[in-house]
Amino acid sequence: MTDLSVRALTAGYGKAPVLDRLDLDIPSGRLTAVLGPSGCGKTTLLRCVAGFLRPADGTVTVAGRIVAGPGRHVPPERRAVGIVAQEGALFPHLTVARNVGFGLTSLPRAERAPRVEAMLELVGLAGLGSRMPHELSGGQQQRVALARALAPRPSVVLLDEPFNALDTALRGDLRDDVRAALAATGSTGVLVTHDQEEALSWADHIAVLRQGRVAQHGSPQELYAEPVDPWVASFLGDAVLLPGRHEGGRVLTALGAHPLTPGSDSRLTVGTAVLRPEQLQLCSAEAAPVRGSVTRVRFHGHDALVAVALADGTTVRVRHPGPVSVVPGDETGLRVQGAAALRATAADPPGAAGGPTKKSTDRPPRAGLPTG
Amino acid sequence: MLAVPAALTGAFALLPLVYLVIRALERGPAFAWGVVSADRTAGLLGNSLRLTVVVVVATWVLGVSLAWLTERTALPAARLWAVLATLPLAVPSYVMSFSWLSAFPGISGFTGAAVALSLACFPYVYLPVAAVLRGADPALEEAARSLGHGPWRTFRSVTLPQLRPAAVGGGLLVALYVMSDFGAVSLMRYDTFTRAIHTSYRASFDRTPAAALGCVLVLITVALVVAERRTRGRARYDRTGRGSARPAQRMPLGRAARTAALGWSAAVALAAVAFPVGTLCYWIAVGNSATWAPGPLWEAAVATVGVAAAGAVVTVLLAVPVAVLSVRHRGPLARTLEHASFAGHALPGITVALAFVFLAVRYAEPLYQQWPLLVLAYAALFLPLALTGVRAALLQAPESLEEAARSLGRGPFATLREVTLPLAAPGIAAGAALTFVVIMKELPATLLLRPTGMDTLATRLWTHTDNFAFAAAAPYALTLVLIAAVPSYLLGRHRP
Repeated sequence: MTDLSVRALTAGYGKAPVLDRLDLDIPSGRLTAVLGPSGCGKTTLLRCVAGFLRPADGTVTVAGRIVAGPGRHVPPERRAVGIVAQEGALFPHLTVARNVGFGLTSLPRAERAPRVEAMLELVGLAGLGSRMPHELSGGQQQRVALARALAPRPSVVLLDEPFNALDTALRGDLRDDVRAALAATGSTGVLVTHDQEEALSWADHIAVLRQGRVAQHGSPQELYAEPVDPWVASFLGDAVLLPGRHEGGRVLTALGAHPLTPGSDSRLTVGTAVLRPEQLQLCSAEAAPVRGSVTRVRFHGHDALVAVALADGTTVRVRHPGPVSVVPGDETGLRVQGAAALRATAADPPGAAGGPTKKSTDRPPRAGLPTG
Repeated sequence: MLAVPAALTGAFALLPLVYLVIRALERGPAFAWGVVSADRTAGLLGNSLRLTVVVVVATWVLGVSLAWLTERTALPAARLWAVLATLPLAVPSYVMSFSWLSAFPGISGFTGAAVALSLACFPYVYLPVAAVLRGADPALEEAARSLGHGPWRTFRSVTLPQLRPAAVGGGLLVALYVMSDFGAVSLMRYDTFTRAIHTSYRASFDRTPAAALGCVLVLITVALVVAERRTRGRARYDRTGRGSARPAQRMPLGRAARTAALGWSAAVALAAVAFPVGTLCYWIAVGNSATWAPGPLWEAAVATVGVAAAGAVVTVLLAVPVAVLSVRHRGPLARTLEHASFAGHALPGITVALAFVFLAVRYAEPLYQQWPLLVLAYAALFLPLALTGVRAALLQAPESLEEAARSLGRGPFATLREVTLPLAAPGIAAGAALTFVVIMKELPATLLLRPTGMDTLATRLWTHTDNFAFAAAAPYALTLVLIAAVPSYLLGRHRP
């Protein structure tokens, strides 16, 4: 059962389409993150679903009803799609309560005030209904925007990078509260974001968008463990990408032999092996099968990322928990735990400059280090 | 759906222009060309252009310097000087001329016309430039300073380019005003093109020469508007960043600089506000009760406020659909309608008035010399002014708010009514206030179209000054200035 389904959606501004025959199904009552670098078409997708943009082709179905398709365009006000905009877009001339009650015109008058109060309570702002939007903090404004979007009980709520403008400390709390509020109302939530950490920690499902199409769709764990290609691997979290060869159920790389992940295509013999930095461990140089020299240490507090140059010149990153004892220049040994995924090497290696038609913004912002 | 009222507005605004062309060509293009190519015409045109250039440059100097002093420096009592810089809006150019002329009869001619028009018109530059200075992102100037530019170089290379669109736009309004001004140049006995049209119209019942000359004026106006568009260029001047603006730091003034700044502000306020008001008071004092009676003064004041209010409301109502269309639904239709609505800019009051006389006599006899016709003429004349204000106000309402309203179940009209218009209301009110002031001061169309027996403050004072009956004119002039000062004062305080 899906509340939102998109088929062969093509849309854009001017001639070049931003969305290119995009297919996407959003499961009901779950929270989905649409993740992609800037320019990938995620905002265009959101505007097509909301009804602010007419797609050139394809269909959008909301709660079983086609709202956009050939010869059909349901205006935004009749789609029952809620929106939380980037900076809240609260009506500055209306009180908080009237903002939240704005979409409740079809509700009998007597039921409006209790619904508004319930919604404000849901987002943790009970009793602030008489304030004006400018009298609230940024985080509170976003909470009001969420309450306003949820109040008419829409089938789908779209969240357009709503946590962007907030500082980090506030962002975590608000994310959890938004999650809780959406879950409490049983809403289908779609969060559009370019922040992979936010997508991984917040969503039940993630759809990764690349150049106007869905590159991969699945649960955060699936996507992290079995990225469909090296690009997705390095876009979603840190990745160690090494040339790999498949031999008898194992992957051979510069770091040794690793078991193959279940999702890997066993017919592929040569490709890119995907490991995660936390699978690598530093150990004493003498006993280790693989050795290298530390080139850089990036300390994060809870852990540190240590860059190690191998003998063949390849640099890999190691996520080391807790305090680090090595400094650049030190000789160190490396050990690898767990399985590696083997994927076909893309024509455009991630992290490197793309082909002539590829914009630099298509590159994942947190690509792995050069893999030689 | 909005296209219908917007199209009606556009067509309405074009009416006088159509009339003008038909009339000018009534006796064949050869005759019209004969009128236009007469030797006298070129001389008059030269006079008009000379006056326009001098007044525009003078208003730039006055407007930009005062805007910078009141918005960006630690000028003592900056708010007071800001209000004083807006108040000349309340002084019609012919009252300005009248007060200077009555004190210094020798000023008559080019100098007098230039002085009076510059002092009366500089708020058209001051207001938009001050608004830009207030809204400009101080981060840009801070960046220039951190990159090694001194304060003066920063002003020249960063601040001034940001002011350019506002200054040029204000300059365009001034140029259009001067080109079509009738009152000030007539009092100063300076022969300009518009005055010639008036004379030609008064001289005979043959309207063709006046219409032919009017066409030339239209062409000059079109050239001015196009030139202004050209200067806008490709650069963007709105804020690129997000977040709320910090107010800019005011530049501290040393002792000498403060004295000079205060002296300059005071001198302008004295010349443009205190002097005309003082002269009027003097004439009232030397006059006696025989020269003016309170009865007609009261009647004229009531009539003035009545027609100006009606005119402002009608003009703004006509402007709203065009503005909404041009702001939210950009396209060829919207652009065409917007340009059509600006036709009034191109036409001096006298030609618009003639068009309405003609139309009423031909097709709507009962309306002739009735106040609805006068109100419609005001609307055709000042639609561009209202449109500019309404447009700017609508741009203040972010599109994301309209989208939020749509996603919450409101249709386009409900969104307009409940979100866009309430947010734009202060700006629309400011546009209405400006239109009200300008209508109060309007002279040529009022003289021609007013109902028989009705006098406004402007027409009363005109009849008297035409006969150099200064003492008799002064009470009407002062009342006009005082009433117009109220919305002008509010405009000066309006913070978009």
